[in-house]
Amino acid sequence: MTALDDLRAVCEARAAQPTDRVADVEPRFVAYPTSTDEVSRVLRAASAHELHVVVRGGGTKLHWGAPPTAADLILDTSRLTGVVEHAAGDLIAVIRAGTPLAEVQRVLGEHGQRLPLDEMLPGATLGGVVATGAAGPLRLRHGTARDQVIGLTVVRADGVVAHSGGKVVKNVAGYDLGRLLTGSYGTLGVLTEIAVKLTPVPAARAYVRRPVRSPGEVRDLSVRLKQERLAPTAMEVECPEPDSLRRPARVPGHPDLMVLLLEGPADGVAARAEKAVQVLGGDARADAEPPEWWGSYPFGPEDVALQVVTPVGQLFGPVYSMRDAARGTGMRIFCSPAAGVLHAAIPGDVDPDRAVEIVNAARTVAMSHGGHCTVLAAPPKIRPELDLWGPVEGIGLMRAVKQEFDPAGRLAPGRFVGGI
Amino acid sequence: MEVPARLAAVAERLAASLGPHAVLSDPAELRTYECDGLARYAVSPGLVVLPESTEQVAEVVRACRDADLPFVARGSGTGLSGGALPRSDGVLIVTSRMRRILEVDLDAECAVVEPGVINLAISREVSPAHYHYAPDPSSQQICSIGGNVAENSGGAHCLKYGFTAHHVTGLEIVTPDGDVVWLGAGKCRQSTGYDLLGVFIGSEGTLGIATKVVVRLVQTQQCVETILAAFPDMASAGEAVSAIIAAGITPAAIEMMDALSIEAAEQAVDCRYPDGAGAVLIVELDGPADDVAAELAAVTARCEQSGAFELRRAADEYERGEMWKGRKSAFAAVGRISPDYIVQDGVIPRTALPEVLADIAALSERTGIRVANVFHAGDGNLHPLVLYDESVPGQGDAAEEVSGAILDLCIGHGGSITGEHGVGVDKAKHLPKMFTADDLDTMQLVRCAFDPAQRCNPGKVFPTPRLCGEVPRRGTTPHPAQAAGLAEAF
Repeated sequence: MTALDDLRAVCEARAAQPTDRVADVEPRFVAYPTSTDEVSRVLRAASAHELHVVVRGGGTKLHWGAPPTAADLILDTSRLTGVVEHAAGDLIAVIRAGTPLAEVQRVLGEHGQRLPLDEMLPGATLGGVVATGAAGPLRLRHGTARDQVIGLTVVRADGVVAHSGGKVVKNVAGYDLGRLLTGSYGTLGVLTEIAVKLTPVPAARAYVRRPVRSPGEVRDLSVRLKQERLAPTAMEVECPEPDSLRRPARVPGHPDLMVLLLEGPADGVAARAEKAVQVLGGDARADAEPPEWWGSYPFGPEDVALQVVTPVGQLFGPVYSMRDAARGTGMRIFCSPAAGVLHAAIPGDVDPDRAVEIVNAARTVAMSHGGHCTVLAAPPKIRPELDLWGPVEGIGLMRAVKQEFDPAGRLAPGRFVGGI
Repeated sequence: MEVPARLAAVAERLAASLGPHAVLSDPAELRTYECDGLARYAVSPGLVVLPESTEQVAEVVRACRDADLPFVARGSGTGLSGGALPRSDGVLIVTSRMRRILEVDLDAECAVVEPGVINLAISREVSPAHYHYAPDPSSQQICSIGGNVAENSGGAHCLKYGFTAHHVTGLEIVTPDGDVVWLGAGKCRQSTGYDLLGVFIGSEGTLGIATKVVVRLVQTQQCVETILAAFPDMASAGEAVSAIIAAGITPAAIEMMDALSIEAAEQAVDCRYPDGAGAVLIVELDGPADDVAAELAAVTARCEQSGAFELRRAADEYERGEMWKGRKSAFAAVGRISPDYIVQDGVIPRTALPEVLADIAALSERTGIRVANVFHAGDGNLHPLVLYDESVPGQGDAAEEVSGAILDLCIGHGGSITGEHGVGVDKAKHLPKMFTADDLDTMQLVRCAFDPAQRCNPGKVFPTPRLCGEVPRRGTTPHPAQAAGLAEAF
């Protein structure tokens, strides 16, 4: 039996096409399992034929991380979909990994609830968001995927199906594999079902916006806001280019923006929005809608995508340094200062040496603040020149974990930190 | 070498490297460490060591590695599942001399502390600046942060603020091999690579020993309101809880006590809860003032609609403390109404509360064993207190049976055998009721990565240890060495 025959005996499968490429790697097959059991059988078949497997959800972040050293089989989760259980009274749901996040929110929204994770890239699946640990503005109040996952079903490289956690929010029975698998880029196992905790959709929302001129001004305003204890759900800044670096071509009337999201009971939100406007001064005003860039990344698929993390309140140094290093490249930065995370886009057409310089500058200053800088994605021309992760603390233990979970190195080999 | 000789050699090595005052080997002194907060299990440790720094902890662990002896870490010893139960053939590493708050960084909203630091000491340190450390187990006046990390401790306010895992961003650990490694992101909120920090927290001391802990500090809210609502019975109180949650409100805490636990608390601390209450709820709301005002009105209305016959609102910090006094003393208070008791810890989906309460009542009636109920009602975390008298023949066993049956009820409703007290030695036997052999085998892959020799707190959490190394990939097949009678899994 050929590998494709064996895969077809389990579920729909086909020979790969050029559009199935992962980075520069050409896969041979694509399989579409519809259940945990089928995923298990697909992985057993892959193991028997020594196929290397890359999981694909919506395909929105498939170019993130390093290119896998081998990707014979794409395990596509687009048929592994649906909300298995939504216990509204318990504020939890069990969801199949291939379910698009937008669909998750639609189903939950019918009962006035939501999963507090942002859909940063349209079409992203829950499994993909969990596997990459991707998060957006809501992280300030609600944390990232690791904080929402309360249980999961995972299939190991050898096809063994395992569960951890459960369907209750408070649970310390056994090791929490949910956190381990979150952000593991499909290198430890294939997520098939994910149990998450939910929150009510707030009764009211207000976006308070304030044009800003410099990172220093953002810092001063942040300090003032903190003193007021207005409990924002999110705070995002389309990070200002210092006036001295501004290109003259910048369109007047589109200043950089600091935006505060306030959520809660209608009266409370109104009162807090009013207070925030007063505290922020300048041209601050409250709006019902976010700016168009809210909940998105500054980068597109062709750009070098950076993520810089620092302790809360210390992003401003890195912003200044990065701006300086990227002078003239048109770098965009979206910043979550209260969470200590920023995302930046270096246009993909810059000279690779220049990209290296900018990444080094960002990394050096981030590390000097006790933080780090990750290249989430980069175009093929630039990627080989870059160290995507920089130094990673605990890499020895990480390798040991990978060795235990996937000793043959069959799941997305080489895609993750340190060549894992 | 036999175990006693190896213990003696380790004692000698550590007395030389750490100083004689750091090593206890006198049997009388060892006995004071024979159990943690779960007194039903007691083992006198082979040796007790009290290190004062990361380097000293690493030295102790390396000494254990070199002598091939197991070791167990212990903080304040308040754990309720026997997670810090010592080994007679091993070393107990006590962190009570590592009590320094190393750094408070209010700009970064975090603090770096040693593992022996008492939970409440952090909040005391930063409260003048209107910050606190959010996880608040009932034992917070004595329990240590290192123990909280091991158990992923919760507390009444974790309904809104989350558990230890949500409030620790970095850990310095000594690995079971004696290496010093940082896990997590230090003072940052997000790390790179696998989330080893996330799996370490709550691993009950089986993956290594935390020697420095970076904790998040949370700004104290503008406004706090606490109300006490008295209901004729548990059913109506349970209904109120569901109504509050359904209204889209996330209180900081919702706690429930039944008539028996109220009676005990009255006797112990004179908390003066309303007369004739079949159940009381304590609901705490916090946040910006206008939001809290709106939520307070909504909660009050829901309680009244569900049948509350008396509602009290704390006017100040003193009154808030009085309301909480009865709840926080509940575990110890049942000592007033029963000579012996078991503190159980289980979790159910919140909506199953009425059904599970009825089942517990039926169980109690059938066996004649009284059960007092104290809950973190908001998240379905039950703490039934199973009351018995050891001096009455058969009652201890009957209580044990009732206690186990309550866990079965939790599992039957899709819940968990522990919400915050941990598995430890006490519940290892129940873990297979929640997880398959493959589930447990997969969890232990992590154990094999961190501690292939299984020297670090062996015998806890998992009922059957996995043999690491060249192993079958299926948990159901015995290891060849086992099958050949060369090795034993115990």
